[in-house]
Parts: sequence; C-alpha cells; structure tokens
Amino acid sequence: MTHLDEAPRSEKAVAPAQGREKKLPGRDRLTVITMVAIPLVLVVLLVWVPALLSVALSFGKWNGFGDIDTIEWVGVQNYKDIFTIYPAFWPAVQHNLIWLGFLFLFPTVLGMLLAVVLDREMRGSRFYQTAFYMPVVLSLALIGFIWQLFYSRDQGLINQVFHSEVDWYGDPDINLWAVLVATAWRHTGYIMLIYLAGLKGIDASLREAAAVDGANEVRTFFSVIFPVMRPINMVVVVIVVIESLRAFDLVWVINKGRNGLEVIGALVAQNVIGEATRYGFGSALAVIMMLISSVFITIYLRTVFREERQR
Amino acid sequence: MSRPLSTAIPRSTVATTAATRRSVLRGLGLGGLAVGGASLLAACGGDSGGGAASGSGATVKFGINEAEGAGAAHDRLAAIAQAYQKESGTKVEVNAVDHNTFQESINTYLQGTPDDVFTWFAGFRMAQFAENGLITDLSDEWPIDGLNDSFKQASTAADGKQYFVPISYYPWAVFYRKSVFEKNGWEAPTTNDDFMALMDDMQGKGITPFAFGDKDGWPAMGTFDILNMRLNGFDFHMSLMAGDEAWDGDEVKGVFDTWRKLLPYHQADPLGRTWQEAATAMGKGECGMYLLGTFVVDALGENGEDLDFFTFPELDSSIGSDALDAPIDGFCVAAAGKNQEAGKAMAKWLGSAAAADAGNNAADAPFIAANSGASTSTYSDLQKKSAEVVGAAANIAQFMDRDTNADFANTVMIPSIQAFLKNPDDIDGVTASIQEQANSIFG
Repeated sequence: MTHLDEAPRSEKAVAPAQGREKKLPGRDRLTVITMVAIPLVLVVLLVWVPALLSVALSFGKWNGFGDIDTIEWVGVQNYKDIFTIYPAFWPAVQHNLIWLGFLFLFPTVLGMLLAVVLDREMRGSRFYQTAFYMPVVLSLALIGFIWQLFYSRDQGLINQVFHSEVDWYGDPDINLWAVLVATAWRHTGYIMLIYLAGLKGIDASLREAAAVDGANEVRTFFSVIFPVMRPINMVVVVIVVIESLRAFDLVWVINKGRNGLEVIGALVAQNVIGEATRYGFGSALAVIMMLISSVFITIYLRTVFREERQR
Repeated sequence: MSRPLSTAIPRSTVATTAATRRSVLRGLGLGGLAVGGASLLAACGGDSGGGAASGSGATVKFGINEAEGAGAAHDRLAAIAQAYQKESGTKVEVNAVDHNTFQESINTYLQGTPDDVFTWFAGFRMAQFAENGLITDLSDEWPIDGLNDSFKQASTAADGKQYFVPISYYPWAVFYRKSVFEKNGWEAPTTNDDFMALMDDMQGKGITPFAFGDKDGWPAMGTFDILNMRLNGFDFHMSLMAGDEAWDGDEVKGVFDTWRKLLPYHQADPLGRTWQEAATAMGKGECGMYLLGTFVVDALGENGEDLDFFTFPELDSSIGSDALDAPIDGFCVAAAGKNQEAGKAMAKWLGSAAAADAGNNAADAPFIAANSGASTSTYSDLQKKSAEVVGAAANIAQFMDRDTNADFANTVMIPSIQAFLKNPDDIDGVTASIQEQANSIFG
C-alpha cells in the first residue's frame, strides 16, 4: 500500500516540470527561436513575398521597361482576357488534367508492377533495375531530344520502320499522347524505385504469416503488402500530382508548349521569359496555376493531418 | 526569331539547353519575375571603368550575343573587337554571352549594368528600346561612309533619330538546288503565271514544290510577311506590324486566303517539322524550293555551291515584287553604359568597311556586310547574289518578330499562324482571335 501511495506523489512532483508552462532556459529558447526564425524568413522572402508580388503584378500591364510606376493597373482585365480571348488557356487546363490522369493510370501502375516483379530477386534483377531507372537520371530536355529521334515525321525511327507518315509531334490530336509516352518512360522508373524501396522495407514475417494463413501471392499483395505501404502510396500520390502540374520541360523542348501541347506552366513561360514580356498577363496565369496547386496541396495536407490526429 | 546568318549550333539545340530547371522556376512566377535575371548578363563583365573617356588608355565594354565556341559568328565579332582595339588604342573588353540567353535577358540587361556597346537587331525591337530611353541617340555619328539611306532608315526610331549601326544582313528568299532545276529544265519564275506553272510542273513530276516546317513557330512568319508584302504592299505591312491596321480586315484575310490556296503546294504537316528537316527535304530533292533565310545553308552541311535563290515573285502587278525580308544585325550603345563617349566612337567605327573586313577575314564563313565599301572577296556566290538582290530591293522589312511588338509576335502570332496551318479553312476565326488579342496588347 505504501508503495502505491508513493507512486502518484512522485508523479505529481515531476509533472509540473514536464508541463506546458515550463520555461526553457535562456540559451535553449534562443536556439529554438533561431531555428524557427531562419527558415521562416527564408520561406517568407523566397516564397510568400514573390508569390504575393506575382498576385499584385497580375492586376497590371507591364512590359518590364522602366520603374514600377510604369505599371498600368488594369484590374481583372488579364484574368478576363485569359478566360475569354486567350485561345491557349482552356486546352492547357485540359492537357494538365489529362496528364494527371494518364500518370496515375499507366506509369504508376506499371511502376508498381515492375517493382513487385523485380523484388522477387530473379536473375539479372539488378540489371533491369538499372535499365528501368536510367531514364530518371536524364533531364527531361534530353529525353525530349531522344524521343525526337523516334518521333520525327520524316527522319524518325518509328515512321522509318513502319513506313508510316504519322506526324507524332506536329499533329495536335496525337502529340500530347506521344509526349505522355515519353514522360511515362521516365516516370515509370521513378515510381518503380520508390515502391522497390518500400517493398524492401516490409517485414518478411508478414509475408510468412499470410502464407501460413493460405493466402496466394496476389491476395497477399493486395490484402497485406499494399495496405502496409500506405506511407509510400501517399508519397507517390503527391509526386504524381506535382509532376503533372509541373509538366513543362518536355513540351517546352518540343515546341515551347504550342500546337496541342499547351500546358499552364508553358503558357506562363511563354509570356514572361524569353523575348515576350507580358509580365502582368503571365503573372495572372501563374496565379491561376498557384490556385490550382493549392487545392491539391490543401487536400493532401488535410489528409495527412487527420491521420496524425487519429493516431 | 530570325537567326543570324551562320550560327553553327542549330536553333533547336540552343532552345534545348536553355530550358533548364531554372527557367522552370522563373516561369512559375515565384522568382520575383524580372528582378531575378538582372545580374545574369551584367555578372559576366568585369568592373574596370576609369581612365580616359575615349582614345588611347580608355576602356570600352562590348557585349556580344555569340558565346565563345559558337563558330564563325563569334570569331567575327571577336576579331572586330581586336581590330578596333588595335586601331584606336581603346581597350575593348568583350563580354560574350550565348545567343538565346542574350536575347531573352535583354530587358533586364539594359536596365541593369550593361556593356557600353552591344550587338542587336534593327526594327521595332530597337525602336522600342529607343522610345524607353534604354539606348543612346547616335544621330551625331550618322551619316556613316558606305551605309546607304535604306540602312539609315532601318537605324532610325520613331523620333527620327538614329539609334543603331548596321553591320550585316541576310535576305529571305526562295532557295532551290541548281542541279535539280537544271535536270528538269526549270527556271526561276518572275511572274505569278510562271510561278504557278512551275509549281504545277513540280507536282506533276512528283516533287513537292515547297519544303515547309513550322515546329519552331517562327519560320512560317516569313511566309506571312512575303505574302502580305506582295498582296498589300510594304507600307501596309509595316503599319500592320506597328498595330495600326486591322488584323480581321479584308487585307489580312486575303493574305491567309492566298496562303490557303498555296498550302497544297507545300509539304504536309508542317507543325511537326523543324526548319532543318524541311531544308534537308529540299536538299535531297524531295522538295523543289524552300522559302527561308540564307542560313538554310547551315542545315545542309555544305557550302551552298549547288544552291541558288530568287525573290518571291509578284502576285499583284500593281504592287510588284520589290520588297523583301532582310533582317539587319548591328550595334547599339546602351544608355546605362558607363563610357558613353567611347561607346559612340566605337559604334561609328563598327559601321565602317574596315570593321566588316576585319570580321570577314578572321572567320571561315563571312557575313554580308552592310557597308558598300567592304571587300566581297571572301563571299560565296550565294552571298554575292544576296548583296545584289537586297541592294536592288526598294523596301526592306526586318521579319515579323523584329518588326512588331515581341509580346505580340511570340504569344499571339506564332500560335495563331499554327492554328491557321492546322485548320486553313477557319480564316475568320483566326483573324478575329488575332484582332481581339492585338487589342489587348497594343490597346
């Protein structure tokens, strides 16, 4: 009894020291403040200030000559123009969405399948891993060039081999799909590697347990392995969404995002970098892109936080 | 985006290397837009002003749009800089920047700490800088010996003053293989009837009359330019480029309509073909002709011995055929440059025959000098003929993307012309869309 009485007392004695009101010693507080302040300043300066400036610029018309007072403020005219008379905008939104859907449907599933197959330690699996991962190392600019060798209408490999005359990069009904195949070629390896890492991290006893319970390979994967890889799946979802919103390099290399390859990122670039300097108009496009990304980011963060709370 | 005569690197490759992650970030609009690039070009030049303003002991900074290793184009400019240093005693500090980077950063460059003298193009883009006070008035240096009135005209901005000194140019014309024409007994056409007959004959023999590629977006501007100049005249063309004429009027619709009728004589599916690929098709004899600048030679990997050209024939006898695109390259003095006096003095010299000769003698491939006193001994036959043809032309345009607002040319005209090539029957739709966007940009 005395033993039991003592325990709560000692807890009480310790509790205030661990409570929320406890003050950190001076030096620790300073460290914490510095550690929070420096990233905060960086984020504010490098992300929020420019982002808000972009929003401000999007209400003006400015060709970049002269000082800031030469900006002509036009209200929502840029947005109105984008939605009504800019022929490239709506196709661009559509293409970004197709991009997103395609990346989920094909390369992600294929990457997962490859990971599962390669995880089985078959002969030469190292070689295949490297082969499938190779495209990821290449820049998208280089990938655009490599595929140009396949897709060129007059001199490309595909048309030469099949004696066809398909205008892979030029026909606006086909070129998006041609580009998506090139993207998938790279994206598959990336997803494969992430899943491969995830699969290696799974406790072997889970598989054994499933096997003892009489589950076959497919059942084991879908009922045991896949749910255990939930964090990996989350990462993949985020990567795919970001990759498809970021879609830019490849179409820029191919035709600067015109003629069937309009994506929002390329439209922003067309208007603000290079010789064209429609800073207001380009900023308005960038703001629209930021809003679309925010929707996805918000959904993702809410899911993550809800999970944290449930734990 | 017309290119200079002989950049060794194909344009597509240059674009490839330019589209890096950094441009992605800049493109996202989160990089503070214009501010970020300001130091890009300026950083390349050292900081060593001081000394005398000009003449012996002075220093002048010279920004050139060809990086070292870019071939003849760089070698010529470097040799010109050295020749000036030797002749005037002024020390010339060369700041060599890759062609595309230079062009894309020009705005921030001129508003930051630019070099005193820099390479640029004649036309609206030059005039726009003049209007915004970014380049220095050079009217005191004009006239320059050997540069005729049409060059003076091309160097003049809206206020009637000169802001530019030309050094070289190249014409856009219809190129063909001499051997192919000889074998088939064809001759360069002068009238519209000859022209149509020639194209029909080519088609009859299974040769596509015109090679055509517009994957890069700018080559088809050349076709629009020449058709507009032939159908509506040079003056209309220039005022259309300046935003003073309607794009949805009957004149422009007429241009697109003529183009639509000529399209069956062009290679199909131009939007997936680079200009290099189109040039190869002409080079191999699959196509009879190709409307392009003299840089067509670069894509063929030969010296152009078997190439010849003619100017686009007349389409309307009341208009004639005495106008053509011949982009002029040259120099401006930056208003923000430290050493204005030395810059002006150098700019004047750069227009001289001696400057052109210094460049041409030092490089494998010469340019066509603007100065009439320059030696033509290093010219190829093509260049000699180019000089003749341009000299005989009554009116010279610079090319759509140099003659009009760059915003308009790049973000409206390229997609619109491509939309027309995709669907040539919707002329009303394309011209209406161009006009709406022109209102928004020029408005």
